[in-house]
Amino acid sequence: MSAVTHGVADPVRFHLAEEPHHPDGGSTMLGFWIYLMSDCLIFAILFASYGVIGGNYAAGPAPKDLFELPLVAVNTSFLLLSSITYGFAMLEMARNRQGATLAWLAVTGLFGLGFLSIELYEFAHLIAEGATPQRSGFLSAFFTLVGTHGLHVTFGTIWLVTLMVQVSRHGLIEANRRRLMCLSMFWHFLDVIWIGVFTFVYLLGVLR
Amino acid sequence: MSAATTHEANQGGRHDHPGHGEHANHGHDEPAHGTLGSYLWGFGLSVLLTAIPFALVMADTGLSARLVGFLIVALAAVQVVVHMIFFLHMNPRSEGGWTALALVFTLIVVVITLSGTLWVMYHLNANMMPVHSMSDGL
Repeated sequence: MSAVTHGVADPVRFHLAEEPHHPDGGSTMLGFWIYLMSDCLIFAILFASYGVIGGNYAAGPAPKDLFELPLVAVNTSFLLLSSITYGFAMLEMARNRQGATLAWLAVTGLFGLGFLSIELYEFAHLIAEGATPQRSGFLSAFFTLVGTHGLHVTFGTIWLVTLMVQVSRHGLIEANRRRLMCLSMFWHFLDVIWIGVFTFVYLLGVLR
Repeated sequence: MSAATTHEANQGGRHDHPGHGEHANHGHDEPAHGTLGSYLWGFGLSVLLTAIPFALVMADTGLSARLVGFLIVALAAVQVVVHMIFFLHMNPRSEGGWTALALVFTLIVVVITLSGTLWVMYHLNANMMPVHSMSDGL
């Protein structure tokens, strides 16, 4: 008797009746980090493809004939400078200075656009010379790897502009801080990938 | 040591910049922002670790290509670690260790993918080609 009433009043549960309270966006940073790790796997596969077919020139041009290292050095410095200016934006955000945050974000965006312009110039130059993705296995792998990185920078720049509008309209609210933090990880992550690109594709390519 | 001082000691590393207390963090680990000093250190080291490999390849150093290749790969590896520490603010404790765990897992998969692919495919090439000039392969 007492067992039955007990069962009605307090049914046995094998799950939590209520989710424990999580603050809004409490797991966003970890989730975004896991996204970046999956992105890292995409780049690992593209690097592996480049490693396998990057030497198949099909009697076409080799890295030594195509790559202009001074241009790559300028590009690398743009991306590195954009990393530090994004860092400055995050420091200003921590000080709650909206104007300075926006200014540093704008500088970061300009460096990003500079990087993309040089990369597009390089691609256009290669294609004009006949070094198209169809030319050889090496060029297919090159355009896929470097192009995927460039695409990431493009979307990062679009995201940056979007966030600048968000911050200027709504201020440095909690949600915008979280978004800026995610983009910060994204942007620095792209710089890390670029280290691999300029080392393995450009420098080692010219070396061999 | 009392509980309060332990707490202070644990928090001290992350909460040392001004203005942090102005937004509540609900007791969660707030990801570290870094400081001006840490960003400048990271930038300075990165400039150095980028300039050296470019100089090694662009200038005629007289070193063997194999040695230069080894050096620039080593410098790239160091720079990746520098970026992770100074720009991405990686530390083994953030998010209760889950970011570090995800990173370690990813690195294991990346190493297996890269080394496995290169190993298998070079052997495949070597076995398929009657006249092979794979000396310039890598």
